[in-house]
Amino acid sequence: MSRISKEEVKHVANLARLAISEKEADMFTKQLDDIITYAEQLNELDTTGVEPTTHVLDLKNVMRKDEPRKWLEKEDVLNNAPDHKDGQFKVPSILE
Amino acid sequence: MSLFDYTLKELQEKLHNKEISVTELVEESYQRIEAVDGEVKAFLTLNKEQALKQAEELDAARGSDDTEALFGLPIGVKDNIVTNGLRTTCASQFLDNFINPLYDATVVEKLANAKAVTIGKLNMDEFAMGSSNENSSYYATRNPWNTDYVPGGSSGGSAAAVAAGEVFFSLGSDTGGSIRQPAAFCGVVGLKPTYGRVSRFGLVAFASSLDQIGPVTRTVEDNAYLLEAISGHDKMDATSADVDVPKFTEALTGDVKGLRIAVPKEYLSEGVSEEVKEAVMSALRKYEELGATWEEVSLPHSKYAVATYYLIASSEASANLARFDGVRYGVRTQNAESMLDMFKRSRSEGFGDEVKRRIMLGTFALSSGYYDAYYKKAQQVRTLIKNDFEKVLEDYDVIIGPTTPTPAFKVGEIVDDPLTMYANDILTIPVNLAGVPGISVPCGFSSEGLPIGLQIIGKHFDESTVYRTAHAFEQATDFHKQRPSLGGAQS
Repeated sequence: MSRISKEEVKHVANLARLAISEKEADMFTKQLDDIITYAEQLNELDTTGVEPTTHVLDLKNVMRKDEPRKWLEKEDVLNNAPDHKDGQFKVPSILE
Repeated sequence: MSLFDYTLKELQEKLHNKEISVTELVEESYQRIEAVDGEVKAFLTLNKEQALKQAEELDAARGSDDTEALFGLPIGVKDNIVTNGLRTTCASQFLDNFINPLYDATVVEKLANAKAVTIGKLNMDEFAMGSSNENSSYYATRNPWNTDYVPGGSSGGSAAAVAAGEVFFSLGSDTGGSIRQPAAFCGVVGLKPTYGRVSRFGLVAFASSLDQIGPVTRTVEDNAYLLEAISGHDKMDATSADVDVPKFTEALTGDVKGLRIAVPKEYLSEGVSEEVKEAVMSALRKYEELGATWEEVSLPHSKYAVATYYLIASSEASANLARFDGVRYGVRTQNAESMLDMFKRSRSEGFGDEVKRRIMLGTFALSSGYYDAYYKKAQQVRTLIKNDFEKVLEDYDVIIGPTTPTPAFKVGEIVDDPLTMYANDILTIPVNLAGVPGISVPCGFSSEGLPIGLQIIGKHFDESTVYRTAHAFEQATDFHKQRPSLGGAQS
């Protein structure tokens, strides 16, 4: 049985903000299905009661004072953007 | 002989005594790049004008004010580490026009303070996703020992440039083996430090709980010097550890008498080639001669490491790479009808297949209904893998095994088979999941003349013992003195 259908791959691509063609959808469905099937070997292990590791160091919240400091110049940052106007990033229309 | 055949200490003495100049060292880099990089393809961007200018300034200080740790030494930097005023692409078309990141990564700032000279930016698998450098969106770096073979990845450029004598040393990054595997394939020394040892500020994030920057060098001693220079707590990286940085070089005593070595049986099982096994066994015999002892142990969850890694790393990547949206930097599609359309097309045009595959796998593993079954499960298995290491390292000083199951494979051989490609990292991935330090040092050659790497793994923040163990072996052997005959022998 396949773990992931072509429709699910298209759904995931949309969530990830990727445009994929029909041909790519076919290729990724096959490859992702293989990878997910492989990953399911983890089900051989009983992990009841095992704490998940999100991070290897025993870090607590790392706090710092909320103080402003000098960082990049606004002009330089805007110049790195594909498009900008009146000191702001410019994007295509948001309302469809 | 190349100037880069000397050690850091020897070069610094020659600089101080004015036998050589920084300009000569920097020119040696660019001449070698000119001669062989057409074949090796280790570099994406060169920093020649700036580097020569810096060399001139340093030469004026030579003999008097030249005590900084890396004074005058030519270094290459992996292209996922941001450099102020120097193009940084992560080998992705998405960042093809990113000619100025506007700030330096903390490690780059530290290199500048230590007076190293940045020669250029090194090729890699796109966004560090890959094990062969074939996922670079520009061109695939080749193995200097035989250009039909891959250099490994994702820091393939970092390892190949050092092996080919194009730079004295380099920085790479390692998420699942990306420093150690190419170091093994290219016959150089590569270390992944303990997670938290080196600041990740300015490293373009792939999998934030696994990524570490580390040094690639020709000798263990030089590796230790470079790590000393880049380590330390950084308030710009909340996950960098606030622990002391020892003088790693002081650990290099050559003495491993009484050292307790653990050899996981899983690291010498099927899938590991006979030649690699033999090279590791002969290294263990060398350690016995030097007065160390070794015993077989088990890391029982090793076989689950690759699956665990791909779920966790891809999940983190899917979140980290969301920043590439075509709004603030990078390439934006020319054909957008709406903002959503702009996001999708920019990302689809900018990312290669492997990057898309991992973003989709991660998005799937984190999506509603699958989170517990995949992502959380993987995090639980990560705990089991980490516990395996901690248990063994209670009774032993280091763990030793091969870095990779086989020597380098041929370009094009497995590029279309993601799962086989992933299996390459089976011996390096567990180290990232556990967060412990690991090094690869040369320990032999295959019948085809390709290097084989020995992996030495230590306790959290105990790079000193890892280096001492690696150094004693290196000094008792001459694998690290071999050079590829690329572009006519480097003589």
